[in-house]
Amino acid sequence: MSEMLLKAIFGRLSLASFPIHEPILVATFAVVALGGIGVLWAITRYRLWGWLWRDWFTSVDHKRIGIMYMALGIVMLLRGFADAIMMRIQQAIAFGGSEGYLNAHHYDQIFTAHGVIMIFFVAMPMVTGLMNYVVPLQIGARDVSFPFLNNFSFWMTGAGAAIVMTSLFVGEFARTGWLGMPPLSGIAYSPDVGVDYYIWGLQVAGVGTLLSGVNLIVTIVKMRAPGMTMMKMPIFTWTALCTNILIVAAFPVLTAVLALLSLDRYVGTAFFTNDLGGNPMMYVNLIWIWGHPEVYILVLPVFGVFSEVTSTFSGKRLFGYSSMVYATVVITILAYLVWLHHFFTMGSGASVNSFFGITTMIIAIPTGAKIFNWLFTMYRGRIRFDVPMMWTVAFMLTFVIGGMTGVLLAVPPADFVLHNSLFLVAHFHNVIIGGVLFGMFAAINYWWPKAFGFRLDPVWGKRSFWFWVTGFYLAFMPLYALGLMGVTRRMRYFDDPALQAWFVAAALGAGLIALGIACFLVQMAVSIRDRARLADTTGDPWNGRTLEWATASPPPDYNFAVTPVIHDLDAWHDMKERHHERPCTGFSDIPMPKNTPAGVYLAGLSYLLAIGMVWYMWWLAAVALVGAVAVAIWNSFDYDREYHIPGEVVTRTEDRRTQALEALA
Amino acid sequence: MSHTPAATVDDHRQGDRPDRGPHDHADTAAHGSRRGYLIGFVLSVVLTAIPFWLVMARPFGANATVLLVAAFAAVQIIVHMIYFLHMTTKSEGGWTMMALIFTAVLVVITLAGSLWVMVHMNSNMMPMPPADMATMDMG
Amino acid sequence: MSAAAPAAEADGPIRFYVEEEHPHPPGASTALGFWIYLMSDCLIFAALFATYGVLGGATAGGPAPRDLFDLPLVALNTGLLLFSSITYGFAMLAMDEGARGRTLAWLAATGLFGLGFLSVELYEFSHLIHEGAGPQRSAFLSSFFALVGTHGLHVTFGIIWLVTLMVQVGRYGLIDANRRRLLCLSMFWHFLDVVWIGVFTFVYLMGMLR
Repeated sequence: MSEMLLKAIFGRLSLASFPIHEPILVATFAVVALGGIGVLWAITRYRLWGWLWRDWFTSVDHKRIGIMYMALGIVMLLRGFADAIMMRIQQAIAFGGSEGYLNAHHYDQIFTAHGVIMIFFVAMPMVTGLMNYVVPLQIGARDVSFPFLNNFSFWMTGAGAAIVMTSLFVGEFARTGWLGMPPLSGIAYSPDVGVDYYIWGLQVAGVGTLLSGVNLIVTIVKMRAPGMTMMKMPIFTWTALCTNILIVAAFPVLTAVLALLSLDRYVGTAFFTNDLGGNPMMYVNLIWIWGHPEVYILVLPVFGVFSEVTSTFSGKRLFGYSSMVYATVVITILAYLVWLHHFFTMGSGASVNSFFGITTMIIAIPTGAKIFNWLFTMYRGRIRFDVPMMWTVAFMLTFVIGGMTGVLLAVPPADFVLHNSLFLVAHFHNVIIGGVLFGMFAAINYWWPKAFGFRLDPVWGKRSFWFWVTGFYLAFMPLYALGLMGVTRRMRYFDDPALQAWFVAAALGAGLIALGIACFLVQMAVSIRDRARLADTTGDPWNGRTLEWATASPPPDYNFAVTPVIHDLDAWHDMKERHHERPCTGFSDIPMPKNTPAGVYLAGLSYLLAIGMVWYMWWLAAVALVGAVAVAIWNSFDYDREYHIPGEVVTRTEDRRTQALEALA
Repeated sequence: MSHTPAATVDDHRQGDRPDRGPHDHADTAAHGSRRGYLIGFVLSVVLTAIPFWLVMARPFGANATVLLVAAFAAVQIIVHMIYFLHMTTKSEGGWTMMALIFTAVLVVITLAGSLWVMVHMNSNMMPMPPADMATMDMG
Repeated sequence: MSAAAPAAEADGPIRFYVEEEHPHPPGASTALGFWIYLMSDCLIFAALFATYGVLGGATAGGPAPRDLFDLPLVALNTGLLLFSSITYGFAMLAMDEGARGRTLAWLAATGLFGLGFLSVELYEFSHLIHEGAGPQRSAFLSSFFALVGTHGLHVTFGIIWLVTLMVQVGRYGLIDANRRRLLCLSMFWHFLDVVWIGVFTFVYLMGMLR
């Protein structure tokens, strides 16, 4: 009787669900718990709770939400990288008689978690956060179209990350690889909670991603400053538009396919089973219809970043702006026509494989055009090698290598040899680290002064840069060689001692990357400490060209006291060239959206819903679902969502800036 | 007043037309008219009734019926788009229509692509006559 | 330096800031945003249709569409949904005329037709499950229940939203915010009808021809 009661309350959660027999996890938990208690203590000690809640958690300001996304991405980067270095160490020592230090059960969770976290909770939040921060400023808007939705989207992403992190200490994570392919991820082969954590983490975060995609599309379409026609939009905004179109068009497919997988697991349907007519290959087909566009969702915005950085630091207008726009649009469309190249070996036959092989190779054309555009932008420019520009040059070299190995993999016969090998692993790390990650570091170094009013310390920035770049090459070039020798991915143990040297080299590379991350953290700490020395009062530290540099750093809540009128692609450069007069008087009241806690509540309830579903605590899931619907309805009864920043406050704020600028001159 | 101001005012700040005033309404066809709804309704009833009749009475062969039914569905979807959803090329500066066309293309890619890929996969990877597959029951 | 000289230059000094602010009216983007959301929803259905297309023939020795579907019942359901579409249209017309009472009456009619649709669908589902043709029986039935059920879930959600809106219109009248919301729900409702055209054609009618 009491056992049944326990089961009704706790579902499948029991004391055995806590991994106290895994010393690594216990130690991690201790560190995380101590760190967490330390942070909570500090927040309480310095009475920061009210400030955090009012100014950040409930904020609908796109700038604050953007920064929170970036913070989430950086925290999750540490988790994802911890997984990476554990794998590298395991593979470096598990040779001959040694089994290494990770058992198979743990190792399989690690490579799954690494992939899931790096894509969904590092790259995605960083890209979304950056777009959130920069796009409204670049188009001369005061916020996004749906500010509350923006806050809600962030918290859903955060709740997804929390669900995945919970699996570290309660239960376990999936052991299926980052795409959770059935039949392995079906209930027959993965009866435990791992795959459920995976499904619910992605579903909850997916809601946020989708809604923020809708939000940013509408923002770009509807809120551009007067005069900014589509072909005068900054290139980063263009790439952001295309990325969000991809998000809105691809993520629904992921939602659908994960829902079908959950039906198989929870209800006993037969979509992807081996019996009753199910077809696991349909899952592979559907998830890659989402999965390939996802790659471009990540990389298109950083193409935009590199375009802005190259143009700014070469002191020139971007070469071939319209070809850049067309290339971006072409990539957006082609992204939907290549998904099968992820499973050439599954056996669709020559006709299907050739079609998808050819479409894949065609993508190299617009991408190559972009590389040439950047090179021609630099050509005869006055190049300043500040940290963002260094990341950009490293990107161009690295990404070309990654792109070329990608074209190799696009050849179906070659893919039959390289599929599932470390060559593939090296390829996609080459484009994701060399593209997305380098781009994020360029972007963080480039826009940090805009966000906080002081630059990041260049010395530590350069240290981080060199450790990252050399570490990347040392860690991943050996994997190309190993892949060509036929070593497959996701292996925990190797027999052939001849391979060990390569893996040791790769582990050393991962060590260098660890130093690169450490230097980045130090860079932020040092910069905050020395913020007076690194301060920028101009609002335009790099002699920028686009509108975000026209306002103060950090920008006031309302971004622009008076909406700018755009006459040229490089709007701010144009304003400087033609000696515009910054308006100092005659400000009117500015309507702004009010902060609201509804997003936090809804995301919190979604987290509980997910936990209830993962552990079969049906009462919890039901209560959380009803609660979420109730909160959504309650929130819709709030019609008073705006307040006005009075004209006098704007005048005072702008006067302070005027004085600061005069003091500078 | 013929339509809601808040929902249909085309934002004057939209970049392409910097000089337009804030009350320059572009979208007047937001809700349609009684006549429009009735036309849509009658057309829909006809376009629904005929395919049901085609399948239930079976005046043509299976293949012809499939094609006809699909054609009626396509026409009816367009009727709904025009008379119920009031799609025009002008609403929201053409962005709704563009989104619709883009989505339609992706729907076709998803459906046709999945079928193409999976049919080939099945024929290559399952060397079993369809008759056997129909009776296969491993559960 | 700019290729296309802006028109403003011709008639006076160039302006870099707007002289008179016309703040972005609240909700001016809502209709477009909701439409884009609907497009994404459309792709969820595309994935479900694709699944049904691929797995619809995999009956695993169990019942096939021809053995299960009851076309008169489907025709009844189609009719109910179509009626709910036109009553919603009349609600929007009443809203345009500013007639709160009639708007609410037509919305109530829409909700009742929606409930009728759901009742018939639930009856059909329970009947199928009772006959041993539940979603666990075969991949065909799994994909059938997933597709039709997802549409039904959308209708359920639409009805919850409709009731909420009726309360809000009753309480606050046909204010701008409520008109905007009614417009969004109208798009949602008509969109579900469009999806249903795909369902009855692709699943039911063509299923009988398989």
